[in-house]
Amino acid sequence: MPGNVEKLAAEIERIKKGGAEKYHARNREQKKLFARDRLKLLLDDGKIEFEDGMFAECQNPELPADGMISGVGRIDGRPVAFGASDSTVKAGSAGEKGSQKGLRGQEMAMQLHIPIFYLIDSAGARITDQARLFAGRSLGGRVFYNQVKLSGVVPQIAILFGPSPAGAAYVPAFADIAIMVEGNASAYLGSPRMAEMVTHEKVTLEEMGGARMHCTVSGLGDFLAESEEDAIRIAKDYFRYMPQNYLGKPADAEPVSPGSCRPLKDIVPEAQHKPFNMYDFINSLVDGGSFLEIKKLFAPELITGFARLGGRAVGIVANQPRVKGGVLFTDSSDKGTRFVNICNAFNIPLLFLADISGFMIGSAVERAGIIRHGAKFIAAVSQAVVPKICVVVRKCYGAGLYAMAGPAFGTDAVIALPTAQIAVMGPEAAINAVFANQIAELPEEQREPFRKMMEARYAEDIDIFRLASELIVDTITPFETLRDELIARYSIYQTKQARFSECRNPIYPV
Amino acid sequence: MKKIVSNMAGVVLECLVKPGDKVSVDQDVLMLESMKMQIPVQSTLAGVVRTIKVNEGDFVDEGDVLMEVE
Repeated sequence: MPGNVEKLAAEIERIKKGGAEKYHARNREQKKLFARDRLKLLLDDGKIEFEDGMFAECQNPELPADGMISGVGRIDGRPVAFGASDSTVKAGSAGEKGSQKGLRGQEMAMQLHIPIFYLIDSAGARITDQARLFAGRSLGGRVFYNQVKLSGVVPQIAILFGPSPAGAAYVPAFADIAIMVEGNASAYLGSPRMAEMVTHEKVTLEEMGGARMHCTVSGLGDFLAESEEDAIRIAKDYFRYMPQNYLGKPADAEPVSPGSCRPLKDIVPEAQHKPFNMYDFINSLVDGGSFLEIKKLFAPELITGFARLGGRAVGIVANQPRVKGGVLFTDSSDKGTRFVNICNAFNIPLLFLADISGFMIGSAVERAGIIRHGAKFIAAVSQAVVPKICVVVRKCYGAGLYAMAGPAFGTDAVIALPTAQIAVMGPEAAINAVFANQIAELPEEQREPFRKMMEARYAEDIDIFRLASELIVDTITPFETLRDELIARYSIYQTKQARFSECRNPIYPV
Repeated sequence: MKKIVSNMAGVVLECLVKPGDKVSVDQDVLMLESMKMQIPVQSTLAGVVRTIKVNEGDFVDEGDVLMEVE
């Protein structure tokens, strides 16, 4: 048609501006960026390699790109698919065409085996479109079905810059990780207004579904970002630990000496009951500046995060004795499960740093399902076929040994430090369990000496040299050579080929 | 007045601060004994300690108030 050449240029310019200026102004007031500017920060040279569906709804001037920008860019030269909701267009709500674009981006990620980033700032499904969008075979829920199909095939990274409500709340849940910008990001199934109407609950948005709540209480959030720029930086740091897909491995980096030269043996007390800071241990062990903690604010009694040893990526699962004694609870069990699954999915070797007296006991945790949550964690550790090393830093008792990849769990090496102690339970608890009646029958003045004598015998029985002599542990390593030993082992283990089981799906504890 | 609560069940071993002390977030304020471990309880608040609500040897449950901070 005549004039189409000029029209095309004008249309492209119009569509790339997004919605009306008043919506951009509102975003700026909230310290939110325009979706296309977020992509400029995320992608190499600020460049979209190609955009699909830019002209969706182009005949409606109020719906530039139907509020969804989708296509492919590069991060560190690596192609990635993206879908970014544009909150200047109908509050970023998902319309029929925008949802189609999202689905096609997912299909492309599946066929090309490339990672996908979800940049979310959305009011959820566009209710005016719901009849065409919500329930059918090919839209609506298909986004989530696709996410599950993509799960473990390619990395899926969700960044919440604003709301992700109702149906959209499942996008971060199905992604591998969710990065949330404090103060702006939120996720909830029903809004505070709906909650007041339906259940008469009065609650603020922040209390119900704010970023901080999700990163500290619900566990939906993995990273709490201070700003949009921070969120994008975190996404790129995380991405550097990921391969393109499950068939690849994360790229190595240049080896760097540990960030702290404080000797490991000065950090770990010999007395099993005294707390120490596992972060100090990690900082003296791994390459300096490499530690990227995941779910830092959630269940802090377990530390999970990526790091490098001699430049090679590893996933660290470590008990933190300073918080709740490093004991495992329901939330920390879930946290460990999720992280082990990510590492196994994407060929990241696992390193367990164990100092744990067991899972928490008591009626409160039993009623909360500590047995099935703990079993879930142990199941994840069992089925992980990536190289797995357990370093027994200090005590490792009971089912804590199982959760921390003890010898029976397909672990490639169980390395004891000189302070290690492995047993079904500690000496005090064991003697109490076996000899309580006998002790009670003794005269008062004989009880303590008897108890101490039995505890000393038990301690000999579980002495780490005895366990090494029985091949319960594969070696005892001096503190000074632990790092070198781990680097050497992971270098050899990189050719590990293992499968766990052949079945339709295991019936995992949940 | 805000409260610092116990994050797990245990027995109070030692209070590390006294009324009038300034505390900051993440500072150890009390030692609990639980699961045969000595477990520091960190402050979730910054402020000045006004009242200690527990004594050494007391059993506390998760959520029990340990001290009040202004």
